Amino acid sequence: MNGTLQQDLNQETFVLNLGPQHPATHGVLRVKLVMDGEYIVEAEPVLGYIHRMHEKMGENRTWAQFLPNCGRMDYLSALSYNHGYVAAVERAAGIEVPERAEYLRVITVELNRISSHLLWFGAFVLDLGGFTPLLYAFDDREMILDLLESVTGSRLTYCYFRFGGVYNDIDDAFIAGTREFIKRQRKRMPMYDALVTKNIILIKRLKDIGPISKDMARRYGATGPVARGSGINFDVRKHEPYSVYSEFDFDVPVYEEGDSMARYMVRMDEIEQSMRIIEQALDKLPEGEIQPKKAVKLVKPEKGDYYHAVEAARGSFGVRLVSDGTNSAYRLKLRSPTYSNLSLFGEAARGMLLPDALALMGSLDLVIPEIDR
Amino acid sequence: MPEPFRVILFIIFVLTFAGLNAAYLVWCERKGAGHIQRRIGPKEVGPFGLLQPLADGAKLMTKQLFLPKGVDPVLFMVAPLMVMVPAIMSFMVIPFSETFVAREVNIGLLMVFAFASINVLGLLLGGWGSANKYSVIAAARCVSQNVAYEIPMLITTITIVMVTNTMNLNEIVRSQAGWFFHWHIFRLDMSLLMPVSFLIFFVCSLAETNRAPFDMAEAESELIAGAYTEYPGMGFGVFFMGEYANIVIGCALAAILFLGGWQSPIPFNPAGFLGVIWGLFWFLLKLYGLIFTVIWIRWTYPRTQFYELLNLSWKILIPISLFNLILTALQIKIFPWL
Repeated sequence: MNGTLQQDLNQETFVLNLGPQHPATHGVLRVKLVMDGEYIVEAEPVLGYIHRMHEKMGENRTWAQFLPNCGRMDYLSALSYNHGYVAAVERAAGIEVPERAEYLRVITVELNRISSHLLWFGAFVLDLGGFTPLLYAFDDREMILDLLESVTGSRLTYCYFRFGGVYNDIDDAFIAGTREFIKRQRKRMPMYDALVTKNIILIKRLKDIGPISKDMARRYGATGPVARGSGINFDVRKHEPYSVYSEFDFDVPVYEEGDSMARYMVRMDEIEQSMRIIEQALDKLPEGEIQPKKAVKLVKPEKGDYYHAVEAARGSFGVRLVSDGTNSAYRLKLRSPTYSNLSLFGEAARGMLLPDALALMGSLDLVIPEIDR
Repeated sequence: MPEPFRVILFIIFVLTFAGLNAAYLVWCERKGAGHIQRRIGPKEVGPFGLLQPLADGAKLMTKQLFLPKGVDPVLFMVAPLMVMVPAIMSFMVIPFSETFVAREVNIGLLMVFAFASINVLGLLLGGWGSANKYSVIAAARCVSQNVAYEIPMLITTITIVMVTNTMNLNEIVRSQAGWFFHWHIFRLDMSLLMPVSFLIFFVCSLAETNRAPFDMAEAESELIAGAYTEYPGMGFGVFFMGEYANIVIGCALAAILFLGGWQSPIPFNPAGFLGVIWGLFWFLLKLYGLIFTVIWIRWTYPRTQFYELLNLSWKILIPISLFNLILTALQIKIFPWL
């Protein structure tokens, strides 16, 4: 018998290392759990296993050179991170963006959001022990990846936006493909609803499990679906509109319950809302340039302190830039949503059973490289 | 043929059957999962991937038998056998066809249950001997799960014993001769809740063999691989062969007790050798039909919560099966001529 295990068995509680290599953490997250049998006494997320110093890199590279880094933080909704950084620099340097480019940004970001939510849906049900929905979700996601590949050139770590616009225009095939996808997805969602959402085992595993109160969500700065599942009606797209989001008619799904089911429902509803935005954007899509007439060659923002937030798939992603007027940032601070969302795990998981805590962790939709940056 | 010779021949048959069955059930499972999940499944090794199980077996056997630091070597090595061997022993009394059975034991049913209960001990020792916290949790879960589900399973089986008056598996099958509505599952005149009994028995055998949605001992996304986490190479392979052998035993019992075993659905039974084949055909058809259902369930449902699992057994299945037992007893007492 192992010495440490023997020691643990003589105590009332024992320490269980969940990760850094564990199927449920979906990455190199380590959670140090103090367990009493299968009950969690204390949970402490330990970060830093995939830290790559993106913020420091932002200080050493020119403004434009940092662009590809943005796609490598949250690899599931990379375009939102592109958008956050590009919009922050544009605000700092006062660069005008043509309207068509803004529309293209919205369309691609929303497509990316749907693909992120679909993957989360599959992976979450996988966490609960259901293998099959993951493959169905991948099937849908594949269509989005093909569409985005045709316009951005990559399938996962996009670098599509440029200061002042986007680098590639969409064609008719993309528009037709997107409409085709939305038509298909509208048929798929009722199927997921019938097969997964209404499944009695799934409901029992999610309802009233992992409650996060409004107050707790506020204290930890939770945003995105986690906050909206706790009854906080906050969506950057709606409440601090950026880009052209104010021109679209869409709802912000909010659920009051605060349990894992509420967070699940928020994301499933958001897929439909994103599709509504895309449809409206395709209908209204203006003609014109996708980059400013006078190309942005050298970006040198005025001395100052700037902030811009966007709504990424996992919550509010903020970029704070401190510029000293040179061609690279003096300080670049990235506010990533999952970092805040994870920080409440320690408090929320206290007293829960291990499988319930994993359902809670899955419902937070963690992407580890985005927590560690 | 002299009796000892016949038994030895049968043992060889059973070992081959159990081994091949485990290997090809893995193939069926992967292929079935593939089609359920809109992909193809194994296809590279041999036609339709049919040689895949052999490749897997060769891979597992050539792996180093590695003893992780801190394990209890004896328990660690013995545990897989404790899952595999009792399952194979149970095959000795399973009637594949009227005369195709190693030993017609009068207490065959009891023997199967006696051996099937050793399975949990194997998982417990494997989990404990692994010196891994995840494995210990899995072992603890496994024991409480098996204890909880053995009770309704046995109570349901007692109702069958009550209506058939025998524990000889072959006799139980013989009593279901004739049309398909003579199978126990349709004999509402024997016990009003017969279909419910079948359902309880099937659910319990799912839980007993640790299959999804009750796969608490493995619970991939919670406990990594549960009791099997530390097992390398063939130790892991033997665990899986044992698990599949147990699934076959569970489904075979369900087919024998409720679905008429080797009886064909129409009253037609050819004599002699042809009759053996005819019975074997129907038995295997029912057996693999049930096994397919088991696979189908696994790839459809998420895993239940552990306390829900125990609630289901203690609060729903046990009361229903007890009620069923009393109802059947009354029915036999009041209408003895049925």
